[in-house]
Amino acid sequence: MEKALPIDKKRYKKPLWQRIWAAKASYIMIGPFMILFILFSVIPVGAAIVLSFTDFNMLQTPNFVGLNNYRSLFMNDDVFMTVVKNTLVLAFITGPLSYMLCFGFAWLINELPGKLRAFMTMVFYVPSISGGLMFIWTYIFSGDRYGVLNGLLMELGILDEAIQWTTDTDYMLIICIIVEIWGSLGTSFLAFMAGFKTVDEDLYEAAAIDGVRNRFQEVWHVTLPQMKPQLMFGAVMQIATAFAVGSVEQALTGFPSTDYATHTVMLHINDYGNIRYELGYACAISTVLLVFMQITNKVITRVLKED
Amino acid sequence: MAHHVRIGGKLNRSHGGNAVIFILLIVVGIFMALPMYYNIITSFKPASEMFIFPPRFYVTEPTIRNYRMMMQLMMNLEVPFTRYLFNSLFVALLSTFLGSLIGAVAAYPFAKKEFPGKKFFWQLIMITLLFTGGVTSLPTYIVKAKLGLINSYASMIVPSLATTLHLFLMRQFMLQIPDSLLEAARIDGASEFRTFMTVVLPNIKPAWTTVLVLKFISLWNTGSVDIYDEQLKLLPTALSQMATGTISRQGATAAATVVMMLPPIVSFFVTQSKMLQTMAHSGIKG
Repeated sequence: MEKALPIDKKRYKKPLWQRIWAAKASYIMIGPFMILFILFSVIPVGAAIVLSFTDFNMLQTPNFVGLNNYRSLFMNDDVFMTVVKNTLVLAFITGPLSYMLCFGFAWLINELPGKLRAFMTMVFYVPSISGGLMFIWTYIFSGDRYGVLNGLLMELGILDEAIQWTTDTDYMLIICIIVEIWGSLGTSFLAFMAGFKTVDEDLYEAAAIDGVRNRFQEVWHVTLPQMKPQLMFGAVMQIATAFAVGSVEQALTGFPSTDYATHTVMLHINDYGNIRYELGYACAISTVLLVFMQITNKVITRVLKED
Repeated sequence: MAHHVRIGGKLNRSHGGNAVIFILLIVVGIFMALPMYYNIITSFKPASEMFIFPPRFYVTEPTIRNYRMMMQLMMNLEVPFTRYLFNSLFVALLSTFLGSLIGAVAAYPFAKKEFPGKKFFWQLIMITLLFTGGVTSLPTYIVKAKLGLINSYASMIVPSLATTLHLFLMRQFMLQIPDSLLEAARIDGASEFRTFMTVVLPNIKPAWTTVLVLKFISLWNTGSVDIYDEQLKLLPTALSQMATGTISRQGATAAATVVMMLPPIVSFFVTQSKMLQTMAHSGIKG
């Protein structure tokens, strides 16, 4: 007599091909995106890593050179060390600062009534979407007395003579940080604005009954835990932009800047990739930058998850 | 709850606190808006007011001479200005439309379906979410060259269609759609695609709008990449060519910057209110 085998429905898994066939609609839906994604995101990253072990120069067939690029990068390239230092300083100042400002101002603006809130959101967000405005900063920090900042400070009697803001190594980095921060209330800021909207109003009422007495307690006990997804996202965005600094620096202080004072890893990549055509070497720099980003991301994700 | 202070319908707020916030926002707001304000002012300054000491934050004799000069410079370009405008609009609108569609369709399985390899693919996407910007611009150029995209509209459009950031945004929003809604559609016999069109899309309007605006703005602001044919180049490239060089063009450059800023600002202004509206009415609890 045959005995029916007990089948644990939850544990039982169909063979792989059956599961793939059953999910064919999903594959069709992700298909177009995944193909483009692999072509323009995965392959370039892979290629950068592979080419970093070659002497590729766009013209000749690349030869495998082992760790040579990395060796010259860390042993012989003085500029690279300056560049890493600058990038880390910029990333570790502007990244967290801008992250906190994004959240802080999203929070404060969210306190405002409707129309005013929409207006202030514009005021804070617009710098990040009007790339052309960078030109006006060069005008503001212009080194002669007709520069807006110099003119203003001299008129007020704070300065006796014009400061070369964008070529004096004492000021270059701080100038770049200010402009970087100014233009950094972008995607994360919007995500946080939207995040505040998704928090259920009833939770605030409930928290008030539980003894929350002011807006600081409210944001700490109610809003922050509710906004975890947006906070994570914001962190990733900040890391991506913080390590890829360079365009602001180039626009303000030129390329290359005085004593490489505001030369960044990105600009170093452009230098070797687009100007010297040492692509293997440029790819090695890219790879180092990618590793930096990954490590920082891992650390920050862990910290955010623990909270 | 009589002992709870309620100001403007909000709990736990104080007038003092509101005042501090207001002042802080005004001070920082001025800093944020100053470059834009100064740029607009400059664009209306006659040459006699442009280089004076001390700098002026107002115009005494506003003129549209700078805008006329900008138009003149534009007309004297090798390629007519309208061609650049068309290129920019064509590239930005087509990429925005196609890209947000491809992204939304792909975000749905990642948010709501189970399929072999999902975890692996998602992990891959999350890793590259970090690599925005030009970190891998050199290998990307090689891929484009192999596909024959260099020096064509496609070199701008095709790579921008699959932006991981936008996929991520839409997927995050879709997670908040209750499964019961999808289940109901399935019981009614709707296909996956129908469910997507009738249940998912209407429920992710805020995310959809956000992605449309973000895509449009970033494409509008990006100069031509890997395009050598003057006929195919985009507006920002044309403007920066115009702006380079002489100081006498500072006014015209300011005027051009104002014109370039308008589409992103207007599109954000228009959709922001719509976004807030849709968010208020979407009624999905996280």
